Amino acid sequence: MSAPHNHSEHDHHGDHHGHDHDDGNHGSLKDYAIGFILSVILTAIPFWLVMAKVFDKSSTTAIVVLAFAAVQVVVHMVYFLHMNNRVEGGWSMLSTVFTIVLLVIVLAGSIWVMFHMNKNMMPSMGNDVHNMQDMQ
Amino acid sequence: MSDINANGALSADPSARYYVREHHPENSTLLGFWIYLMSDCLLFAGLFATYAVLGRSYAGGPSGAELFDLPLVALNTGFLLLSSITYGFAMIAMQRKNLKATIGWLLVTGVFGLGFLYLEMYEFLHLIHEGAGPQRSAFLSSFFALVGTHGLHVTFGTIWLITLVFQLKKHGLTGENKRRLMCLSMFWHFLDVIWIGVFTFVYLMGVLP
Amino acid sequence: MTMSDLNLTNLIFGRLSLEAIPYHEPILIGTFAMVAIGGLALLAAMFKFRLWGPLWRDWITSIDHKKIGIMYMILGIIMLLRGFADALMMRAQQAMAFGDNPGFLPPHHFDQVFTAHGTIMIFFVAMPLVTGLMNYVVPLQIGARDVSFPFLNNFSFWMTTFGAMLTMASLFIGEFGKTGWLAFPPLSGIAASPDVGVDYYIWSLQVAGVGTTLSGVNLLATIIKMRAPGMSMMKMPIFTWTALCTNALIVATFPILTITLALLSLDRIAGFNFFTTDLGGNPMLYVNLIWIWGHPEVYILILPVFGVFSEIVSTFSAKRLFGYTSMVYATVVITVLSYLVWLHHFFTMGSGASVNSFFGITTMIISIPTGAKIFNWLFTMYKGRIRFTVPMMWTVGFMLTFVIGGMTGVMLAVPPADFVLHNSLFLIAHFHNVIIGGVVFGLFAGINYWFPKAFGFKLNEFWGKVSFWCWLVGFWVAFTPLYIMGFMGVTRRMNHFDDPSLQIYFIIAALGAVIIAGGIGAFILQIFLSWKDREKLRDVTGDPWEGRTLEWATSSPPPDYNFAFTPVIHDSDSWADMKANQYQRPLTGFVDIHMPKNTGAGFIISALSFVFGFAMVWQMWIPAVLSFVVMIGAIIVHTFNYKRDYYIKADEVTRTEDAHTRFLESHV
Repeated sequence: MSAPHNHSEHDHHGDHHGHDHDDGNHGSLKDYAIGFILSVILTAIPFWLVMAKVFDKSSTTAIVVLAFAAVQVVVHMVYFLHMNNRVEGGWSMLSTVFTIVLLVIVLAGSIWVMFHMNKNMMPSMGNDVHNMQDMQ
Repeated sequence: MSDINANGALSADPSARYYVREHHPENSTLLGFWIYLMSDCLLFAGLFATYAVLGRSYAGGPSGAELFDLPLVALNTGFLLLSSITYGFAMIAMQRKNLKATIGWLLVTGVFGLGFLYLEMYEFLHLIHEGAGPQRSAFLSSFFALVGTHGLHVTFGTIWLITLVFQLKKHGLTGENKRRLMCLSMFWHFLDVIWIGVFTFVYLMGVLP
Repeated sequence: MTMSDLNLTNLIFGRLSLEAIPYHEPILIGTFAMVAIGGLALLAAMFKFRLWGPLWRDWITSIDHKKIGIMYMILGIIMLLRGFADALMMRAQQAMAFGDNPGFLPPHHFDQVFTAHGTIMIFFVAMPLVTGLMNYVVPLQIGARDVSFPFLNNFSFWMTTFGAMLTMASLFIGEFGKTGWLAFPPLSGIAASPDVGVDYYIWSLQVAGVGTTLSGVNLLATIIKMRAPGMSMMKMPIFTWTALCTNALIVATFPILTITLALLSLDRIAGFNFFTTDLGGNPMLYVNLIWIWGHPEVYILILPVFGVFSEIVSTFSAKRLFGYTSMVYATVVITVLSYLVWLHHFFTMGSGASVNSFFGITTMIISIPTGAKIFNWLFTMYKGRIRFTVPMMWTVGFMLTFVIGGMTGVMLAVPPADFVLHNSLFLIAHFHNVIIGGVVFGLFAGINYWFPKAFGFKLNEFWGKVSFWCWLVGFWVAFTPLYIMGFMGVTRRMNHFDDPSLQIYFIIAALGAVIIAGGIGAFILQIFLSWKDREKLRDVTGDPWEGRTLEWATSSPPPDYNFAFTPVIHDSDSWADMKANQYQRPLTGFVDIHMPKNTGAGFIISALSFVFGFAMVWQMWIPAVLSFVVMIGAIIVHTFNYKRDYYIKADEVTRTEDAHTRFLESHV
């Protein structure tokens, strides 16, 4: 990671104080337009897939729709939030990756744990067998 | 770096390599706000996890398939997406140092935000009226909590937006105000990112059998 | 509440009535009397010595990280007295309540005592003390003048304090929760706990939680952005590294606590069904979520303290820390792994073999990097010139005590073993072993180590040693019986026992608690006597321990601006490097220094959140809405304040530095 650089030559006060330069992390009209159009497409298709019941199996629909969501999140990050690994010396990207890892752990972990707990401890909830040997 | 020492004689001061006379640390606001957004992301992670676990616990009550009005959700999604791009236009106006256009696009963004909130309130009141309020089942509790928390965030974002408009009118496009605009920009787009998760995970998957 | 109840009185006063004051509880009335008398005496002294002005100007409104750090420490120590009083009460009760003797704490009171004890010790003792140390030391260690967001720092402190005040209010108005410090539903749901106790718990933590989360953002941004030129990541002091990981954990985990408690309060106030036993609710989801927070939380407590020990071992062995790189990696690995172990807190709840095995294995793995740290400390001491100062004694005490506690943790990590030991006194002994042996010992080590920097004089050595020995001996006397009883199958949180053979163990444990009380008393005495003898104990050089990191390059206490000139870093252990190269502090050429202004906004907004929290507890809806609106208004008004800084003029800096030069010269 980059060490903070020092501006010993500056004597700016007031408005410029605290390093006011444009660090180049802004979008252009093109970026926003591309992002918008991609987002519209990536939203319309999932809505269509669900409302028109395109796939037979809900699990297929679910996976496809989630995949589109993941892609659209990336589109937003890149085109609207201007995310890249140079912003803030790479710390923006690192903190985002860390957060996503934790998000996956929290979601997947909770689903996994609670699914097993429900299956074992609430057999009336959708599980026919009361046999202890079936504990998973 | 040579220096005049306490004796008044010019000397190469060996200590001089250990300090600088003036140091302006980089402004932390944008990074700090991004870190806060990451914490907010994990707040939503807890809500999504709750919905993932409880989202099919209908308790004999209505399910998502019976309740969700997908065209309305599509319209709401459109509002939020449009508001993202109008905020983008506000940022471009800010870069071009155009105060009036910045404020103008901000206000358009605010209108879309209010439209989103209005539709969401309409949806919530309709559900409650139909007996599908948050008390009815765990599914509905988690629905209202997740979608409602997102809506609360949009509400606070809109209040912030209005406040910023006043502050822009008062002080113009100062460095401080530009930083605030960039923070609100991050917040606003972040809320749209969360909404992608919401409409996918809650609404689209919620109507699937 | 029916529609006819929704009259104005109800909307203003909610459930609050004069009956909320516990007239019938002599212990509480006695406590209140003492607090009232003490409080009045303090107020009288404040008026007599005209201290209100300086208190407001120099402390309450201060955005200086050093003052805020000190205030956190004061908060933590005061709350330690309250939390420890709870401990003494429990030990006394459990030592006497056998057979026909019901003791003096009936269940409804005993349950509040153990709930308050845990809540206060974790949230209002350990967290503030750890935060206070990081707040005080980190900016100095990285060569900065303050944290990234000084106002937010002040606000975070007051939110934490007012959160603590909400818990304290429960002592005299209403009652506290009776659910244990994590408030599991369905016991904490509205049906089983209709009273205000759980609500006090929830809102105290929500208010304090905002402060903690923002403090995490603040210190994280500070460490990333405000390091002195030349201080790359791998040249940071090790305490700063542990602070970095700790604050990353805070930012990443406290939101889970916030949302889980919010969901619980929605269940309680608005009839939602997240954790209820009907209408689809699932109480185990709460347990799952709260421990996803809870496990990283204990690493938030221990990591800074690992950093403290690293600094102390290195300084008092007069050696560079052994294996700096592996220490960094170990810290980062612990940070990530702390998210993969949470289920070990509820192995017994029926997740099954595959889930339990996974988490059992990850729990065992996470002990490895900590083991690596212990070896690194030992290797640092090996062939070092060791000085057994009070901080070093705490460190050695930690190494022996914490390691055993860690080992009992690995025992508990084995799911079949945990099935026997879960919720027994063995568990209680284990976590007190690591929290006292780890966190508390580390805090006392850090306090003794950095006290001279903060206040300009060292702490009395003799009473420091007395305090240490009382804590070390007292801890083992108090908790060894609990380990034994845990093996025998004795359950936690019981206010009465029928088996008389257990009584001797509880009596020994109570004796241990009394010895620890002696340790706390010795600590208070240590502070008082040191203050009295401060001229004799004065730290004249700013570097009383021959330290190795930048905080020792400043005067004791440092000036408001910390460093007249920002240091430039060439090596890790920067101050040791500077001294080795005959560094002389500059005497001339000072410039204006840009500083943030004090403000009362943090205190005011936090006070409003206290009112809001109190109103929510008692369901006083009009005051709740009003205070919330006013709070938002205050925040918005504060954002209209653009003039938040000022300059310390060059000649004032020169005067301060000259005064320090004269001071140094006169004490050669």
